[in-house]
Amino acid sequence: MTNLTEHFPSRFLFPSRSSRAKLLVEANMRRYLRHRLLFLTGFLEPFFFLLSIGVGVGGLIGEISVQGEMVRYAVFVAPGLLATSAMNGAMIDSVFNVFFKLKITHTYEAVLATPMTTTDIVRGEVRWAMTRGTIYSAAFIVIMIALGDTMSWMVIFCLPVCLLLSYSFAAMGVAATSYMRTWQDFDLVVLVQMPMFLFSGVFFPLSAYPPWLRDIVAVTPLYQGVAACRDFSLGHVRLSLLFHVLYLAVVAGVGLVIATKKMTKTLAP
Amino acid sequence: MTADVLSERGARQPRSGWPTWMRSIWHNAFFYRKTWRSSIISSTLQPLLYFFAMGLGLGALVDHARGGVDGVSYLKFVAPGLLAAAALQLGIEECTYPVMMGLKWVKSYWAKVATPLDADDVALGHLGWVAFRLLLSSTIFFVVMVIFGTVTSFWGLLAVPAAVLTGLATGAPTAAYAAVQKDDAGFPLLFRLGVLPLFLFSGIFFPITSMPGWVQAIAQISPLTRGASLIRSLTLDQGIGVSALISLAYLSIWFVVGVWLTIRAFRKMLIV
Amino acid sequence: MAFHLPSLFFSPKRALDVGMLREMKRKRKNIHPPEIFDGTLQPIVAAHDLVKRFDSFVAVDGIDVEIFQGESFGFLGPNGAGKTSTMRMISCMSPASGGSLRVLGRDPAVAGAQIRSRLGLVPQEDTLELELTVLDNMLIYGRYFDLPKKEILERTTRLLDFAQLSDRRDEKVDHLSGGMKRRLTIARALISEPDLLILDEPTTGLDPQARHLLWDRLYRLKAEGVTLIITTHYMDEAEQLCDRLVVMDHGKIVATGAPRDLIVEHSTREVLELRFGIDGHLPHVGGLQDLAERIEVLPDRLLLYVDDGDDALSMIHRRGLVPESALVRRSTLEDVFLHLTGRTLVD
Repeated sequence: MTNLTEHFPSRFLFPSRSSRAKLLVEANMRRYLRHRLLFLTGFLEPFFFLLSIGVGVGGLIGEISVQGEMVRYAVFVAPGLLATSAMNGAMIDSVFNVFFKLKITHTYEAVLATPMTTTDIVRGEVRWAMTRGTIYSAAFIVIMIALGDTMSWMVIFCLPVCLLLSYSFAAMGVAATSYMRTWQDFDLVVLVQMPMFLFSGVFFPLSAYPPWLRDIVAVTPLYQGVAACRDFSLGHVRLSLLFHVLYLAVVAGVGLVIATKKMTKTLAP
Repeated sequence: MTADVLSERGARQPRSGWPTWMRSIWHNAFFYRKTWRSSIISSTLQPLLYFFAMGLGLGALVDHARGGVDGVSYLKFVAPGLLAAAALQLGIEECTYPVMMGLKWVKSYWAKVATPLDADDVALGHLGWVAFRLLLSSTIFFVVMVIFGTVTSFWGLLAVPAAVLTGLATGAPTAAYAAVQKDDAGFPLLFRLGVLPLFLFSGIFFPITSMPGWVQAIAQISPLTRGASLIRSLTLDQGIGVSALISLAYLSIWFVVGVWLTIRAFRKMLIV
Repeated sequence: MAFHLPSLFFSPKRALDVGMLREMKRKRKNIHPPEIFDGTLQPIVAAHDLVKRFDSFVAVDGIDVEIFQGESFGFLGPNGAGKTSTMRMISCMSPASGGSLRVLGRDPAVAGAQIRSRLGLVPQEDTLELELTVLDNMLIYGRYFDLPKKEILERTTRLLDFAQLSDRRDEKVDHLSGGMKRRLTIARALISEPDLLILDEPTTGLDPQARHLLWDRLYRLKAEGVTLIITTHYMDEAEQLCDRLVVMDHGKIVATGAPRDLIVEHSTREVLELRFGIDGHLPHVGGLQDLAERIEVLPDRLLLYVDDGDDALSMIHRRGLVPESALVRRSTLEDVFLHLTGRTLVD
């Protein structure tokens, strides 16, 4: 009898944890190259919103006051849309695609037949979803700079914020997906995502709300991301930035733990 | 000669007397009974969220800056546009994936054409169902508009049929397109590069006159621009002017051509 | 590659039997339509020179078929023989490209919807609504035939009982097994009390147990006098269910008749199947030719067409040949098909 394992050095059979997660990222990458057009046009959505709401409606509004400073409306709305693009980019993959692989194609069951574990799957998916969100954010930052819709060079610090924001939403997305049963449950995601997009200070400042509502809105992770992006874009470096970042990091961590636990329970009970 | 069994046993069958194209609707109705909750979320709640966020939240900024648009508050300006946009979105949504399911995924249409229904009945039945859905969700949105005082004219009652027409004018050609697709790969692009730009640049959120000339020219031929302006003229006491009649005629042409294309596409796919 | 060899040898003992069989064959050939139908019956499906073309591909190449009321009629042939295309034309879903077709006395090109209102179709692929319940599926389908709700409910109770699905009435179709889904499709097709039930590959993809259950149900329908048209590529199914059948290949009909008659006409009484190990068949063909009426060489075995298999096998043993395995069985429609086309039904 030939011992087949002799021909494969052990490092191939058991790649390190991080490189195994990387394998899943690569698998996603390959799949996405086939849907290149869909991927490439993803950043157009926030761009269209910037032109329509930022420039079009902005023309009706003129300048508004942000932290005592008068800025064009487009400058106000752009960082909000930036944070949104990070959220949406991360949610597409962490919710829709993970659900597809979990329930429809049963891809993970095949993946688990290899040395990969559920932890690898969750980290791989989260990392991939984060990558997509970050790519869209980076593209949008370039657009913001090109259109002059930013006040400070510090706008480049928005990228790490968006990376963290994407990671948080990706982790929460996978966690939420692991609880989903049917396609109809997607509407619940939309039910959360959509109001967050419309009411988390992307389009108008929280001062429009009564005080009790402001506190509720401020709790949403998207608001935290919007606030951080807006501060960097306007060049306001404040202590509250640290709070936003910490908050998002906690959300990311909690999401990751829930996602891993629930996925393990579902896939490898 | 072959035996004519048709007249003997067939005649004894009890009947309800429904026309063939309407029988097809039962299928949709049974599904809707199961999914209406989530349908309400996507077809009614979403436009309402926009109504509140844009009309009230963003509207406060606009009204503060210049006291409204075209002489009315921003909420009054944006609401009829959102009614049209919601109809467009629902019309197109109901004519993409459901058509793909009927033809390729669940094959419900194939079950239908094995019965007395034929391809035309399936096509018209589908569009009939879409019309019903449009009527339902447009009415709900319209009631909210009335409650928030954005309907200031009796002509406004025609806003609902106008919204249904807008939805069908865009939905019908979409059904024709969806029927001949191999898979659903094109749909996300249709939404991203078709529906979203239409939604954002058809004079819903700001008058198209503020856009550069060439963009305006494109926006002018958008059925959503015509639908939004038609509904706006109805709800805002601007009456039925020449522009409204042109919009009506334009949408009707889209509708008629769309229905014709849908019937043709369904025949092509189902009669092989 | 198949060998079609004339019989060089038959024992004097058999001569009488074979002569009698030949006589029977000749007799039966002349009976058309079959005895069970008296001359006054008219066919409820009549196709003459029926053609179906898809662009340049000819799926059905000029077939003539007559199917009579109360009959269970089969279309037997391998995948791609043109059975489904024929079925779709008969069920008035697909227009014929040539020839003439009358179903239930009418022309599908003119009265398609009218005819379909009296047909029940069980398509090859289930078109059930998986997300809805069994009852919902029946209700929706009945509505397509314009039946009042009360009537549908009454019939559904009866039909689900027949399909042995009564206890599944309120279950989602998605949760049913493959066999149950098939039975539901049949029950659904019967909701309009059709004059003709058309089943396209009714048991393809089912496990043996589910198949037998389904056959039992179809047999009951047959007993009740429902006219059945069945396509299949399973010869056992055709033998079990069909009074008469046509064998199709490459869009053409290669044989018509009752299953038993076809076997008598185109094959011997018994078949001796021999295995001679890997690649060991061919050298033996020459040495065995005198024992059989005909020899077929399949990739894994030799088929010897003989009237007495045990006889032939003992002759082989006497010649000192030791096959790895030997099996004597009755001739089937599979052998008829092999003989007529040189190919197997399932490949």
